[in-house]
Amino acid sequence: MRVVLAEDLFLLRDGLSRMLQAHDIEIAAAVDNGPDLLTAVAAHEPDLAIVDVRLPPTFTDEGLRAALAARRDRPGLPVLVLSQYVEQLYARELLAGGTGGIGYLLKDRVLDGRQFIDAVRQVAAGGTAMDPEVIARLLARNAGDGAVAALSPREREVLGLMAEGRSNAAIAQRLVITERSVAKHTASIFIRLGLQPSDDDNRRVLAVLAYLGR
Amino acid sequence: MNGAGMPPGPLPRPGAPRERAAQPWPVRWIRGSLAAVGHGLALAGLALAGLVPVGGVLLVINRLLQLGGGGTTPATLIGALLICAAGLLVARGQAKLTRRLAGRWCRTAIVTPYRPSPDPQVHGTWRRARAGAGWLLADPATWRDLAWASVNVCGGWLLAILPAALAIGGVLVLIRYGFGFISFAPHRLGFPPQGDSVAARALVAGIGGIVLGAWIAPYSLVAYGRLAGLLLGPTKRAQLSLQVRHLAQTRSDTIDAGAAAMRRIERDLHDGAQARLVAMGMTLDTAEQLIDTNPGAAKALLAEARVSSASALAELRNLVRGIHPPVLADRGLTEAVRALALDSPVRAHVAGSLPGRPPAPVESAAYFAVSELLANVSKHAGAGQVWIDVRYERGLLRLGVTDDGSGGADQARGTGLSGIERRIAAFDGVLAVSSPPGGPTVVNLEIPCELC
Repeated sequence: MRVVLAEDLFLLRDGLSRMLQAHDIEIAAAVDNGPDLLTAVAAHEPDLAIVDVRLPPTFTDEGLRAALAARRDRPGLPVLVLSQYVEQLYARELLAGGTGGIGYLLKDRVLDGRQFIDAVRQVAAGGTAMDPEVIARLLARNAGDGAVAALSPREREVLGLMAEGRSNAAIAQRLVITERSVAKHTASIFIRLGLQPSDDDNRRVLAVLAYLGR
Repeated sequence: MNGAGMPPGPLPRPGAPRERAAQPWPVRWIRGSLAAVGHGLALAGLALAGLVPVGGVLLVINRLLQLGGGGTTPATLIGALLICAAGLLVARGQAKLTRRLAGRWCRTAIVTPYRPSPDPQVHGTWRRARAGAGWLLADPATWRDLAWASVNVCGGWLLAILPAALAIGGVLVLIRYGFGFISFAPHRLGFPPQGDSVAARALVAGIGGIVLGAWIAPYSLVAYGRLAGLLLGPTKRAQLSLQVRHLAQTRSDTIDAGAAAMRRIERDLHDGAQARLVAMGMTLDTAEQLIDTNPGAAKALLAEARVSSASALAELRNLVRGIHPPVLADRGLTEAVRALALDSPVRAHVAGSLPGRPPAPVESAAYFAVSELLANVSKHAGAGQVWIDVRYERGLLRLGVTDDGSGGADQARGTGLSGIERRIAAFDGVLAVSSPPGGPTVVNLEIPCELC
């Protein structure tokens, strides 16, 4: 797998590069600003772009806008956006295309190397990885929704993990239950929320996110 | 906030606006005119109170002139002083009431021009009385009150009473000549006592008087209010000093708020991230000691240290969000308000946009105001939905937050609303709350600013 990395802080850029390389992920280019990211993506055609939201020259949401521009240039380019903070507003913009290959995570998640690398591979494969904090706020916003409130606590937990973009296997591992009971929970959740069940993991995530974000 | 030094805002219309609007216009017109005629009568009655100070002062002057230089005794002097003091107090009371009524009835907001009252800490009745008298006499507004009392009693009241006089005169003419029910000396009014043509003319004159009186009543009230404003409002000089007082107040509020925020940040850092980093250092140190003898325990400690570092990061993140919200920095006010709406547990709809960006401090104050209002809505209002409106009109940044909750929000009670008010007052911003029991609650805030 080949990755283009855009991060302006040298320490983080260097640390991320080493961590990714340690997991056999090739760094095609590591840049420190938005315009360079676009050039690097065009030049190296990577499998994934990992982008910090706040980049020079504006030090605002330059990275996010560059990531969206890169996806316009190369539709379907998987993008993993990292940030010191997460905002539902930005999550929505990233998901607005309705296709997969989107990740939006707090930089803190890098601290848990294995989970972070899992998310990287998942996004590169066209999946979705949303930060638990985004999902927690989405769920809080939907606490008043009749259908969500009617879910059992366990089902709500499964819904949250599903929205983060985790597969049945990952959810089962996380909650220490069998994959079969996860499948039962997800089927029940889809019925209660009135969503079309889907075997495709990514379509499932997008349906759940669309429901929670409506 | 009590408008000191502020430009007078739009006046609240009396009565419940929704009820009024539901009535057909003739009913509204008649009711409005009747009320205006009544208000004019009341103001004219109030003008009579001016007889006390004006009459008193004239009496004293007259008496002193009569006595000439020789006949003054201490008793007459004290009597004269007492009469003057009572006159001034009555004049001030009358002026205060007129200002209030002008605001309610005449659509003329008259700013109170008095200097701040003397320090109540002064001990001793005599000293307090002296300080009070000095304050009363040194304030030019006192003398302007007196001037108003004389203008009012000499002719101002005629303006207020004119519509009532026309209407009542019209009614009397109608009754006497139009219908001929009661008899009183008609020749005094200059009409011959009998005849159909007289009745016809009287009908026209009577109805004309009533309609004219009703029609001019609101205008005469406004004119009266303007006249009162000329003498009862602050002079240019007093206006400046009121403004200085207002600025000093808001500046000290702003400095206090800034200092309080710094203290809070310091405490949060001290109790939060800083403490966690210390704990992390100790945990790492212990892990280092154990790593050869008990690798299992060392590993557990390392995991603990990582959790601590994650918590420290989360705390720092929340702190930064409270100081300067990232979306506000990235995208400006409208988008930041949209982000707030997305995070709100109550369904929030954002409408409007800004043609540019307000100065950063204004933007930040407006953002935190909306943030606090939304928090209020989700905590107290029991609302299902909330609508946020962001606009810029005629040099004013306007934000409106409306919810469909249970209402009853009180600016005077909640510390939240008064806190917002204080913070935006630093930018000469104003806050208006309408929250009848049963809802809906509408909070509007306006901050004058330039966009760039």
